[in-house]
Parts: sequence; structure tokens; C-alpha cells
Amino acid sequence: MSTAAAGRRWRRPPVLIKNRRTRWLVYGGLVIYLALAISTVEVNWLRVYEGLDRGWRFVQGFLAPDFVSRWKDISQGLAESLSMTVTSTVVGVLLAVPVGIGAARNVAPMPIYLFCRAIIALSRTFQEVIIAIFFVAMFGFGPFAGFLTLAFGTIGFMAKLLAEDIEDIDEAQAEAVRATGASFPQLINYGIQPQVMPRLIGLSLYRLDINFRESAVIGIVGAGGIGATLNTAIDRYEYDSAGAILLLIILIVMAAEYSSSHVRGWVQ
Amino acid sequence: MLRLETLAKRYKTGDHALKGVSLEVGRGQIVGLIGPSGAGKSTLIRCINRLVEPTGGKVFLGDLDLTAMGGADLRRARRRIGMIFQEYALVERLTVMENVLSGRLGYVPFWRSFLRRYPQADVDKAFALLERVGLAEHADKRADELSGGQRQRVGIARALEQDPELLLIDEPTASLDPKTSRQIMRLIREICEEQSLPAVINIHDVLLAKMFVDRIIGLTAGEVVFDGPPGELDDAVLTRIYGAEDWTAMQTAAAEDAEDAAVAHGAHGRHAGEGERSEERLAGLA
Repeated sequence: MSTAAAGRRWRRPPVLIKNRRTRWLVYGGLVIYLALAISTVEVNWLRVYEGLDRGWRFVQGFLAPDFVSRWKDISQGLAESLSMTVTSTVVGVLLAVPVGIGAARNVAPMPIYLFCRAIIALSRTFQEVIIAIFFVAMFGFGPFAGFLTLAFGTIGFMAKLLAEDIEDIDEAQAEAVRATGASFPQLINYGIQPQVMPRLIGLSLYRLDINFRESAVIGIVGAGGIGATLNTAIDRYEYDSAGAILLLIILIVMAAEYSSSHVRGWVQ
Repeated sequence: MLRLETLAKRYKTGDHALKGVSLEVGRGQIVGLIGPSGAGKSTLIRCINRLVEPTGGKVFLGDLDLTAMGGADLRRARRRIGMIFQEYALVERLTVMENVLSGRLGYVPFWRSFLRRYPQADVDKAFALLERVGLAEHADKRADELSGGQRQRVGIARALEQDPELLLIDEPTASLDPKTSRQIMRLIREICEEQSLPAVINIHDVLLAKMFVDRIIGLTAGEVVFDGPPGELDDAVLTRIYGAEDWTAMQTAAAEDAEDAAVAHGAHGRHAGEGERSEERLAGLA
């Protein structure tokens, strides 16, 4: 050890921006912009005060949920949502499988790949609510529009993840199946399906969760189901019924979550 | 039986993997293909059944020109060529039986393979082959439950289920221990002799090649630099194939290793030793 090393100062070198002046400019600019942006948000404090009151009534409704007085509407909405969820997931997954295979670079030829990727992009560009508004405008209020919306969303979601999974397979297994003289459908069935099946099942269950939650949201724009019931309850200031609906949604989502993680562990 | 005429392969990246390889393999002949990594061994055997598309030259199986074929014809030709792989390449989540039966994919229509309703003759053959490779009682196990040596036996049964006229074998022992390697090579040799099947075996273990093949072809940088019986494979030839190295010392050391392994396992029977090891493996997993 040389004595020259003693007392030598050390500071951590700057992480993102090396130059001292640009660092101050960038950080200072950000702070000023943030301050200006916040000052443009107008707050009506009187309205906020009233809102607190309403919020409190909502919380009270939630604490004393009323399942009984609107039970007919609630049960009908739930049944509608559940059937919408199940049918749209099944149809969406069935349609997503061929699209997903076509969108996997290692199995599909270029034109088919591009076509399937375009379908996925289209399905994923628009948020469910926007698609729901579109389908409600086309086919009228009710669960049919909701079914179409969720099925459409499911295609993009499942096909994209399935395609990525197919691109990640162990190619050696597929090569061995190809070497036996297998045809294309046989290659998919023997070389690829066994490798992606557990994840496909897991994702389908996950999508079932998502579709149920989405069904509550798109109901608000008129696509039927429990969302429509919830919307009506809030519009009528019936927070006790709304609380009951929210509790039911939470319970169902939790049940779906719990059972799907169970099934996923079992299919591995 | 198998004839290659100036077979060439240039990859899109510019790698010239094969530079006009010509050779002929007769009925029942077992050919060992040796050479350094990147010499084109793997490319060569994959060009034969066109898992890799050759960029020049021709491949004949009997009178059939494999390089001129497309679509259904190619699939019908492929089913006559059995292939055995380095990492076994079994479909891990399928059962042993499904893996063996997948050797019939080129023969059966899609619905039969999809529903696993294979013709009885195919099922009989599959059971007979599993019996032959010593895995009869494992038919309904999943392939990933087996040990390395057992998996390669399934790989061999799958290739034979095809009723092949030729076997292509890509580094069959690369992921196996020395003792299991010898057992697998012996099994391959016996089966080829029983059915007078010709085979092309990629193998990086020179000693193993000398022990089990009829003829050795040395490949270096995409060209054949040696072609002859194993007896002629001396230090000078090895240097020509692999480059300079102290071959004598290496072979002595390897021979001693093999003897040690033989002594260590000497007490067990051939199959018993392997069975025990796989049981240990499964116990470890449980």
C-alpha cells in the first residue's frame, strides 16, 4: 500500500447525465414544467367538499351492501356477464389459435405471418371500451355487443402470446418430428402443441379473468352485463346496491384467480 | 444405397459449410463422420433429409433424387430415413409410446395421429421395438421422466419405427457418460447389422468411432480429407483432420479413463447399472 492513496476523495460519478450544466438544465426544466402543469389543473374546493360527502355515502353503502332490493337486476346482470365472459373466451381462444400459429415466425411463411400480425395489431390497438362503443353502435345495446368486444380483444391478446411462445419452443423437438416425414398439421400437433399447451391453458384462464373484469367495464357503455347494472345503480344513487355489485365482482374475480392458479399448477 | 454428388451448402451468412462433398454409402455400411466443430458434419447429414436445404449438388437414396423433391414427395422420402439426435430431441411432454409412434407420422393420415389411433401393426411394432431397446415397461411414462441413456433408446426406437432404409445419426453420445455412450453405440451397431441398415453417424469421439464403425470419413472445413477403414486412422491422418495435437498421449489417457469406468461399473450388469442410476435420478426429483 502506498501512502499516497490515503485521504483520496471519492464521489459516485453521475448516473444518467455526465455534463453538470445539462444535468441542471434537464432536471430544473422538469421541475418548472411540473409546477406549471399542476397550476393549470383547476380545483373547485367547494365541489371537492361535496364530493367527499358523496364518497362517504358510497363507503357507507359499501359497508352495508343491499343485495336484496335489486336482486333480480343484479342476478340477471351477473348471469349475462358470466355467459358473455365464457362464450367470448372460448370463441376468442379458438380463433386465436390459428392466428397465433400464423403469427409465429418459425412456422409461418412471410405473407401469412404479416397478415396474422396485422390482425393482432388491429385487435390490440383499440381499448375494449372503444371497441364496445363501436359494436354497441352497430348491433345495439346488450350482451351481444359485449360478447363481440371481448372475443375480439381475446384474439389479439391470446394470439400474440401464443405466437411468442411458439417462437420460443425447443426447435430440436420440432425438427425431429419434421424428420419423420410429418405433414404440417402433424408437425403442429406433435412438435409444437405439447410444448405450448400448458401455457396456452394458463393464458386462457387468465384471459377468462380479464374478460370478466372487462365485462363490468364495457357494460357501462351499453354492452350489457353486470356493468350495465352497476351503472344504473350509481345513476340512481343506490350506493348500497352498487356496493353489493362491487363486492360480488371482487368475490368472483378472486375465485377465478384462485382456481386458475390451481389449474395452472396442475397442467404443468 | 446413399450417394452424394458434389453436395454444397452456403448459408445466408456467407458460411461455406460444405464445399462439394461426394461419397457413396453401401448397404449395411456404418459410416462415422468425424471432424472438428464447424467442419460441416451436422450440415451434411441434415442436407441428406433436407432439414437443411443444400445450395448445390445432389442426394440420391437408391434411385430417388432427394434434392429434386418437394412437398408430399419429400415427406414420403423422409419417412424412409430415420434420424437420431444429439440431445435425443424427444417431444418431452409426450409419452414414450407417443414418441415412438411419431415415427409413423409420415405413413398415417392426420386424424389417426391426432386421435392417437394408430393401426394395430404400428402399435405392435412399437411395442416390439421398446422391448428390443429394453424399455417395454416405460411405454406410458412421459419422455422427460427418463434418464439420458433411456431417452436415447427411445430416440432409436422412434427412428426404427419408421421402417427406415437409412439411419442418420447426429452425435448420438454427446450428452451421455462414457459407459452409456458405449452401450448406445453397441445397440446402434447391433440393430444396423440385424437389418443390414446403412448409417451415417456424426461423432466427435474418435475412439468411439474407431470401435464401432466400418468406415470413417474425416471432414474439415466442408471438405472430405480422409475416407477409409478405422485401422488407417493414424496420428498423421488425425492431424490432417483436426490439426496438430499430441494424439498418442490423448488416446492413452482416454483408454485409461475407459478402463477405470469399466472397473468401477464392472460389478453391475450392463442394463442393471443404468437402471439403478435412473432410479436415483427419479428419487432425487421426488
